[in-house]
Amino acid sequence: MKFEYTISNLNFSTAGEASSNIKKVLKLLGIDSKIIRRAAIATYEAEINIAIHSHGGKIILYIEEDSIKITAIDKGPGIENIELAMKEGYSTATHEIREMGFGAGMGLPNIKKCSNEFSITSEFGKYTKLEITIFI
Amino acid sequence: MNKEYFHSVILRPDLCTGCTVCMQNCPTQAIRIIDGKAKIISEKCIDCCMCLKVCPYNAKTAITDSLIELQQYKYNIALPSLSFYAQFSQKYSKNSINLALKSLGFEQIIDASYYAEVLSVYLKDLSLCNSTVKPIISTYCPAVTRLIQIKNPELIKNISRLESPMEVAARHVRNKIIEEKNISENDIGIFLLSPCPAKITSIKNPIGIDKSSLDGALSIKELFPKILKILLTQRNEEINDLQNFHGELWGRVGGQSKVSKIDKSIVVDGIEEVSKILDMIELGKLDNIDFIEAYSCVGGCVGGPLNVENPFIAKYRIDNRSNSSYPVSNNEIRSNFKFENLCWNKEILPSKIMELDNDISIALKKMEAINALLKKLPGIDCGACGSPSCRALAEDVVQNRAKFTDCIFKKFEGEENEN
Repeated sequence: MKFEYTISNLNFSTAGEASSNIKKVLKLLGIDSKIIRRAAIATYEAEINIAIHSHGGKIILYIEEDSIKITAIDKGPGIENIELAMKEGYSTATHEIREMGFGAGMGLPNIKKCSNEFSITSEFGKYTKLEITIFI
Repeated sequence: MNKEYFHSVILRPDLCTGCTVCMQNCPTQAIRIIDGKAKIISEKCIDCCMCLKVCPYNAKTAITDSLIELQQYKYNIALPSLSFYAQFSQKYSKNSINLALKSLGFEQIIDASYYAEVLSVYLKDLSLCNSTVKPIISTYCPAVTRLIQIKNPELIKNISRLESPMEVAARHVRNKIIEEKNISENDIGIFLLSPCPAKITSIKNPIGIDKSSLDGALSIKELFPKILKILLTQRNEEINDLQNFHGELWGRVGGQSKVSKIDKSIVVDGIEEVSKILDMIELGKLDNIDFIEAYSCVGGCVGGPLNVENPFIAKYRIDNRSNSSYPVSNNEIRSNFKFENLCWNKEILPSKIMELDNDISIALKKMEAINALLKKLPGIDCGACGSPSCRALAEDVVQNRAKFTDCIFKKFEGEENEN
């Protein structure tokens, strides 16, 4: 089953909606609350990333009997150095974004921690794509 | 009172017009309109009293005990909740209010503010303990605990192990009376003077303990005029009023954190805001916080629907009185009360009521069916079908609780096709 959520750039009033919706869906399906929590955190961090760093994008959720797959894909600008981006505390967020309480450099490492399988691909100037798998 | 019920909040069908206001406002979507009357789905109700507060026709009420119940016991004790005294004008002393309660049939009045203070000391200990899961969430508001069971079960381990001041007070006083006055346990009746139905439900259907130490609960709203009548006929009394403890601050939002002196605490009131904060904790965004003081009602317990005074005025009175109250000494508390005797002991379990099915493959099929139905529904969440949203109707149809043609648009379409 597939669910899709559009995330727009710098729209903080809707950021968090995908995560909260995904939580509701997984709860209805009776999935273990620990797994729901991991999926909610991963989605939340991914959608905040799209909102603060990208030109907009979407989150797609696929649910199967044995796994949850979350794909986050945006329209760029892409990540120059992925290795650096994966480091805890490293952030390229602007001062304003940090003032709002985001951009602590923990998003990507947190997403990885919540996933059983995690991949990140990016083309600088074009897109970033996260693929997150959590086993049920 | 019927001891079998699950919730204190009930509907008065004679007053209900089936208007959908309560259904649209219920934070757990626990209300449906069936045959023109609101029905509460018992397992989803958390006793937050939102329906009671928003009903334009006063068709929601609370089941409470009445003074007649006092006849069952030889020795009756009143346990006024912490927002109780703030309901009265400051010209009436605590002592005179207690005397009025005695003339209504109570032998003894318990001062809950003392026990709130006892708990505050141990709450501070918990907040300093490294092995406690943080942030600790207060159990003082039972509606919040029930919300966690339904919506945020991952946070059950954050719930404070400390019981409410009411339970601790009732147990302590009961044991003391059995010991000192040689009265048998069954002859003692302890009644909460309650500001809210959630606390009443917690007496009949407790969470975390097998049996409540309280025997019943009276609504402050019902008792208030009776007490006032007595107060008005009382003569001016002595100048020295009864002692007041800082613990009374628990009667208003922020009081637990203030009395416990926990600095890193978030104080939140109103069930929707509470729900948002719980979600933030689940996302790991509040790991630096030690304590969450959350209340279903705006203003905390002074905002309870069974109170009579405006919550902000009542809050002012509590704050005002706290200026002249004294803290109980830590030594006294620690020598008289031990932490392990102040804790609930029965596991708090998550509620599975929101799940579509135990079997995930069936749940997935049901979810697909819901999504398919949702595409056919108008998506305006009008509530005319009796479910709070189009999504809720789709879910109700799939779970055989409603019909697709309950949607008035679909019903008309069907009739047009027939013609």
